[in-house]
Amino acid sequence: MSFKVVHYINQFFAQIGGEEMAHVAPELRDGFVGPGMALNAAWKGEAVIVKTVVCGDSYFAEHEAEAKAQILEWVKAEKPDLFIAGPAFNAGRYGYACATICSAVQTELGITVLTGMYEENPGADLKDKVLMVATTNSAAGMRKAAPTMAALAMKLMKGEKLGASCEDGYMPNGIRRNFFEKEVGAKRAVDMLVRKLSDQPFTTEYPMPSFDRVPPNPAIKDLSKATIALCTSGGIVPKGNPDHIESSSASHYGEYDITGVDDLTAETYETAHGGYDPVYANADADRVLPVDVLRDMEREGKIGKLHNLYYATVGNGTSVANAKRFAEEYAQKLLQAGVHAVIMTST
Amino acid sequence: MVKEIERAGIPVVHMCTVTPISMTVGANRIVPTIAIPHPLGNPELTHEEEKAIRRKLVERALEALTTEVEDQTIFEV
Amino acid sequence: MKLELGYIHIKDIQFSKENKVENSTLYVDPETVKAFMYEDDDVKAWVKDFTFDVARPGESVRITPVKDVIEPRVKVEGPGGMFPGVISKVDTVGSGKTHVLRGMAVVTAGKIVGFQEGIIDMTGPGAQYTPFSKLNNFVVVAEPVEGYQDHKHEYEHAVRIAGLRAAVCIGELGRNVTPDETESFETLGIKEGIEKYPDLPRVGYVHMLQSQGLLHDTYVYGVDAKRTLTTIINPTETMDGAIISGNCVSACDKNTTYHHQNNPVVKALFEAHGKTLNYVCNIITNENVYLADKQRSSDWASKLCRLLDLDGAMVSQEGFGNPDTDLIMNCKKIEQQGVKTVIITDEYAGQDGKSQSLADADPLADAVVTGGNANEVIVLPKLDKVIGMLDYVDVIAGGHAGSLRPDGSIEVELQVITGATNEMGFNTLSAR
Repeated sequence: MSFKVVHYINQFFAQIGGEEMAHVAPELRDGFVGPGMALNAAWKGEAVIVKTVVCGDSYFAEHEAEAKAQILEWVKAEKPDLFIAGPAFNAGRYGYACATICSAVQTELGITVLTGMYEENPGADLKDKVLMVATTNSAAGMRKAAPTMAALAMKLMKGEKLGASCEDGYMPNGIRRNFFEKEVGAKRAVDMLVRKLSDQPFTTEYPMPSFDRVPPNPAIKDLSKATIALCTSGGIVPKGNPDHIESSSASHYGEYDITGVDDLTAETYETAHGGYDPVYANADADRVLPVDVLRDMEREGKIGKLHNLYYATVGNGTSVANAKRFAEEYAQKLLQAGVHAVIMTST
Repeated sequence: MVKEIERAGIPVVHMCTVTPISMTVGANRIVPTIAIPHPLGNPELTHEEEKAIRRKLVERALEALTTEVEDQTIFEV
Repeated sequence: MKLELGYIHIKDIQFSKENKVENSTLYVDPETVKAFMYEDDDVKAWVKDFTFDVARPGESVRITPVKDVIEPRVKVEGPGGMFPGVISKVDTVGSGKTHVLRGMAVVTAGKIVGFQEGIIDMTGPGAQYTPFSKLNNFVVVAEPVEGYQDHKHEYEHAVRIAGLRAAVCIGELGRNVTPDETESFETLGIKEGIEKYPDLPRVGYVHMLQSQGLLHDTYVYGVDAKRTLTTIINPTETMDGAIISGNCVSACDKNTTYHHQNNPVVKALFEAHGKTLNYVCNIITNENVYLADKQRSSDWASKLCRLLDLDGAMVSQEGFGNPDTDLIMNCKKIEQQGVKTVIITDEYAGQDGKSQSLADADPLADAVVTGGNANEVIVLPKLDKVIGMLDYVDVIAGGHAGSLRPDGSIEVELQVITGATNEMGFNTLSAR
């Protein structure tokens, strides 16, 4: 028994045509087509491409919902062991289609997926969600890409443990994996320094997370007239977590009205955060979101007003991209509401 | 997240326990807090004592918001 | 300063009534070693008894909890003696000739304080993560006197000294043995170096020393590193016992004395010395718990790099968490002096590998070598014999309640394995 594979390619690799044929709707063909041949051959019968989905790049981009629904239906009927797409190299819409359809097959059908493309292809934005082999930026790299994809695909089908990105040839996907290098760390480090000193290219083993800095805004002049808003990454939500904010890797944030709320109690608020011991925050959420003392200060006239809405999400394991998006969104809301300053609490 | 609020033009103070991380993520006004699971509280104290400490921390945060800074600054309590 | 190391290969250790090295076998009478350890008053005061064992590569043996690993050596020529300022007088070491019993180590184990750790497996999946599984280990298990709990620092000190004394006692057996191979290492004065290698980049090694308190300390010529200012030291001094380890918690990225004696950065820099770079010297700097100390020490490290007119600096870390801040401060400030850096660290990216690996970061740290993710989980099968005790497996950093399973296997993070993610770059383990 060999593994069953469904392959996704675009109109160009199916030799239907170039840009002028990018409008073609998805079709399903038997067996392998175009680049599928190399994959199929590399598997030497251990796995076989049973069907190939061909779809025009423009069609996918312009009719994403329909294309997805149709392809999912075909893939579902086939029940393959693996869904593989591309490689797309640096073709932007093709890369986007590969990544998007892989993501859909993976989440909606629970089928293992793999694609491949150039690291700067816009489709590679999904590299943390969909396993992607890094290829060169042109189809000339097929000879190198096909065996890497085939080998990794076989590993996935056999359920073998994934190696580190540099071993198995996939793009770093935000998951650090251990492996044994050939040289010891000190030797690698000295070699790296020698390269750095002579201005030769070198590759860091741990790229620093990227940071930009924002200059501080001017201070608040008069607190007694200022509206202060509370935000937290500590996951404080009304009891029962009405918005179902995930305990880790949050996909959204919550906006909650605290008009008339003087104190957060065990009966009314809790934490949705899964990264720390929740006992203390559940017993008294003011320990994370200090509504009680700010109300006191509001009453005493120390601050003008505590903004009636607060924003909460869970910092635990949440991607930087998501966190940034949440904050961008609610910062605009705060601005429009005339909030003068924010207290952000983190756990 | 702090940075996006700052970028929108609203001064923000970050109250957190692990301040080097706050420095790394780019907060400009930072107030160190008590412990990760209860940044603004201490369950070993009585409710009143705990609230007094919270008040002190929040006052420090408000002080940070009324202080001009040029660079990332930690407002020790 | 020039040091010659003579390596005497040790392929086996046998307990014996005689003490000698013959045909690559160490014959040793544990009673002799015990008597030598007890010559020290502190050892006498705090250690009730010692037991001894040998663990050889490939044997079904687990050593835990490990305190320190030490390579037995003896100074045969030149000033100073082994472990200056601690066991020998404080004379400067690092020149002359030293004999090394290569292929073996003294391992100290046993209860130290409340809980502690360090696992060396001599076989199985755990063995590939610790370099000490490849050595013939003379294991010294110490048992504290009653009431030691109120004197943890004293007891830790006593066991540390005992281990060093055992290594000195055994190292002495190599004094009159002809080494199987010799190697020499030399660094030049500042001016000599520039004259000899005018075209090679000048490189120094910023060696960070863990200095955060009990079981997190390091000593330089007997001085507790937390009480030191950043300074320079000859690489050959560190190879000759000038720096010793007093730490073993989260054993994966703590430097044992063996690591200091065989510092791989020193080794790699010597290999490149005169070819692709000019190895100037080491700068030792601490990792204290106060922010002011961190600032002072990193300022000082960067200032010395500038004063020495370095073009490049290797920086190695020890430990994780707040020392990540020391590492980044050092890297950033040194880069800001116009000196290019490569840093060596390890990662705490979570068991799933998804979290941010370091507690601190900076864009100037653009050249990083990693010793791997210490949070990765590993199952260590039950081995036939345990030297030491398994009592601590559930409570050590990197273990968790239930780590010790009914079938005798243990599920732990790599963190517990002595030297697994060493940040001097001792191993080949890495992560991407």
